[in-house]
Amino acid sequence: MALVGCQGPQSMMSNAGADAERVVTLWWLLLSVSAFVFFIVSLFTIIPFFLKGKVVPEANLGKGFMAGIVVTVVILLAIIVGTFQFSTTLVMANEKADIEVVGKLWWWEVIYYDEEGQVLFKTANEIHIPIDKKVRLRLTTDNVIHSFWVPSLGGKADMIPGRPNYLTLEAQTEGIYRGQCAEYCGLQHTFMAFHVVVEPEDQYQDWLLAQQETAPRPQTSLAEHGAKVFIEAKCMNCHTIRGFSEKSEIGPDLTHLMSRQMLASGTIPNNKGHLSGWIADPEGVKPSALMPGLRLKSEDFKALIHYLESLK
Amino acid sequence: MSDAKENLQELSKTWHSPTGWGWFTVVNHTNIGLRYIGTSLIFFFLAGILGLLIRTQLIVPENDFIGNDFYNQIFSMHGITMMFLFAIPIVEGFGVYMVPYMIGTRDLSFPRLSAFSYYVFLIGGFVLWLSMLLDSAPDAGWFNYVPLSLKEFSPGKRIDVYATVITFIEISALAAAVELIVTIFKQKAPGMSLGKMPPFVWSILVMAFMIVFAMPTIIVGSIMLTLDRLLGTGFFDSGVGGDALLWQHLFWWFGHPEVYIIFLPAAGIISTIIPVFCGRPLYGYTAVVLSIVATGVISFGLWVHHMFTTGLPIQADAFFAAASGLIALPSGIQVFSWIATMWGGKPRLNTAFLFSLGFIFMFVLGGLTGIMVASVPFDRQVHDSYFVVAHFHYVLIGGAVFPFFAGLYYWWPKMTGRLLSEKLGQWNFWLTFIGFNVAFFPMHFLGFLGMPRRIYSYPSDLNWDLMNLISTIGSYILGIGFFLFVVNIIYSRKHGQRATNNPWNASTLEWSVSSPAPGYNFSPLPAVRSLDPLWDKDFGVQPAAVGLRTDRREVLVTSVIEGKPQGVIGIPHPTIWPFILALVCGMGFIGIIFNLWWFVFAFFAASVAMTGWFWPKYNWRKEKR
Repeated sequence: MALVGCQGPQSMMSNAGADAERVVTLWWLLLSVSAFVFFIVSLFTIIPFFLKGKVVPEANLGKGFMAGIVVTVVILLAIIVGTFQFSTTLVMANEKADIEVVGKLWWWEVIYYDEEGQVLFKTANEIHIPIDKKVRLRLTTDNVIHSFWVPSLGGKADMIPGRPNYLTLEAQTEGIYRGQCAEYCGLQHTFMAFHVVVEPEDQYQDWLLAQQETAPRPQTSLAEHGAKVFIEAKCMNCHTIRGFSEKSEIGPDLTHLMSRQMLASGTIPNNKGHLSGWIADPEGVKPSALMPGLRLKSEDFKALIHYLESLK
Repeated sequence: MSDAKENLQELSKTWHSPTGWGWFTVVNHTNIGLRYIGTSLIFFFLAGILGLLIRTQLIVPENDFIGNDFYNQIFSMHGITMMFLFAIPIVEGFGVYMVPYMIGTRDLSFPRLSAFSYYVFLIGGFVLWLSMLLDSAPDAGWFNYVPLSLKEFSPGKRIDVYATVITFIEISALAAAVELIVTIFKQKAPGMSLGKMPPFVWSILVMAFMIVFAMPTIIVGSIMLTLDRLLGTGFFDSGVGGDALLWQHLFWWFGHPEVYIIFLPAAGIISTIIPVFCGRPLYGYTAVVLSIVATGVISFGLWVHHMFTTGLPIQADAFFAAASGLIALPSGIQVFSWIATMWGGKPRLNTAFLFSLGFIFMFVLGGLTGIMVASVPFDRQVHDSYFVVAHFHYVLIGGAVFPFFAGLYYWWPKMTGRLLSEKLGQWNFWLTFIGFNVAFFPMHFLGFLGMPRRIYSYPSDLNWDLMNLISTIGSYILGIGFFLFVVNIIYSRKHGQRATNNPWNASTLEWSVSSPAPGYNFSPLPAVRSLDPLWDKDFGVQPAAVGLRTDRREVLVTSVIEGKPQGVIGIPHPTIWPFILALVCGMGFIGIIFNLWWFVFAFFAASVAMTGWFWPKYNWRKEKR
């Protein structure tokens, strides 16, 4: 069913979510009707040039004209009524959410809640959800408007200051799906991406438990030195590492940094090389990124990277 | 006989438009209309260059041809210029230029107002582009959503430039709209009832009413934004009880009708051209006119379809989705009328007709994707993706720019006295048509592949590379195609075939006078009794309106519905004051970006300019000056 050319990690034709699948079905219906209409209209537009001066009498024009109008009305009514069948209750009344995603400049804060609505933990730019289960998302922002969109899983919803929106994600296929901000939000709208990891229930539960842990204590002296650099180089003014430094939440929570697939809001793979490059020169990776570049002595820098790498 | 000749000479002198420094005093609709069209075409090409820059930046993944900050200014200015400095002014230009000819009168009702509105547009556009050179062009998109455009997230002058210049330019649109409505209602040729008015004039009339109802919201919105930014009023700041969504409602209440403000006159041009080249009257005139009016009304009930992802209640979404689907019906009816006209006539192909045919294909395609995005669940996927970029370029370039070019090829002989080259015209058409489709059709796929709008770059592992490459190549072909129009203009200035009064054997009044027409347009004033007066066997021997004075500018006033003669009014002569008033208003609007006292200064200076404008020259009751 899927066009090969329309596949990709961020394609709405990938069909990985219940909502995306409904829309794909709707799309094929709309496309068939539209293709039919386009074909007929084009044909009728071209034919007069091949009539060789034969003029159709006025009465016949009238019949054709009326037929065209009737067919249009029928098709339009069918489309309008028909698409309501596909309307989903993506936007729900104000109710409890499992996960809150907060649009930031320019990254995504992800907050997991327990049954009582208490915060379990915070993470960033990566959302894990169990397969075949409806997950309720609350979408908010504390700055400009963003829009949460994972094309492979379903339609988007905006994050608007003072107006939380709700969205249900329901994934049918395991995998990692890329999402991206869909509402222009300023200088780094472009590289404001995130990933949704769809995994089996037990794996998901393991991940939930692991994320709730506080950060591991530094194990080596190099790591201990790195932790000191984290404080002294003022990383702690923006970033939280639970169990170590919880002063500020301006930037992404780094407690389990190394458990994530990507860095810099879905921009670069999470490995030692990219991590070093990102910390040394954030603007080089993502122009206009709000994280300042650090001027560190090379042994301090090495220690910092070493410490961050221990945050599994 | 010599008496008649003397009268014509005096008439020419009375209606003569000053040249040289007098350029700034000209009020005649012919000159102002041509300036509108010419200036908006310049902005079209400037914005087109920005479009090519955008496509060049996106030709390969992770391109660093243009930085993110400049890119944001470029795509914002592309949209702002195309919508506010090209599309609206050019339809107004066509209206200002064509309407008096088509309804058989000598000028618009308020010539000084049209001069004023042109200068406001010119100054606003100039300042906006100047800001680009000074690195202070707006960078929050043509839609300029809050809170991104509030002081907190957009310090600096860029958004102030947007808010004040947009307010300023829309005043120009409003002035032109008022002018066109009054002229169409009160100055039709004797015998031209509403039911005998050319469809193009109908489309301009409905467009003008739409401007009157739509523009005030964007003016109010951008004034509120200016106040938020300069005085901290907090209309849009949710932190102090304002609402970020309010801007979107205000903007799209204007923004959606805007699309039809552009489209209706474009369709009106098509309804003019197709019958001429089929050699028969338009099929279903009444249906077309009703469709134009219906489109104008329904277009005000669609704005929420730009906001399906903002989380409005589903019932609201359903209403606007239905209305959005519904508006396809009047558009469809017009398409059927054009097709029926072709079936019932003998179509002869030329460049103007080719552009009209290209329009039908692309408009139908864009209309069909429009019905798709009217469907809420589908829209929630493709909204703000490249699918939508493809959709509205099909509707705006296919549905409006192509008709404008059809109109330019069609009316060029009347405007300049020379025909454009058909050979260059064919190249012009085919390169634009092919280039356009190569550039914009792949964008549908990019939308499906999840490519959002307004991004300056993209990683290479998302399967977007090929489609972006094809699209960029198409945009270059499109650019060459449009450039050939410029070549054609230059070529035809010298080598173009000289135009007779009526080179196309058309049926409307503008073709009854010489090409280009004399300053007084008609003498004697024509009277009409059918929809296609020039195709009446006895046109010219029918009674005409005579007796207007030749020593001052007079026009005939007729009744709104039946076009019965009611009286004669004098309209004003050339003057510098509209230019000065526009200049002063410009200082006031632009000045408040820097210092609020400019407003006070401009307020009083404007009063002086208005006094000059309205100063009675001489007593109209006196027989002679």
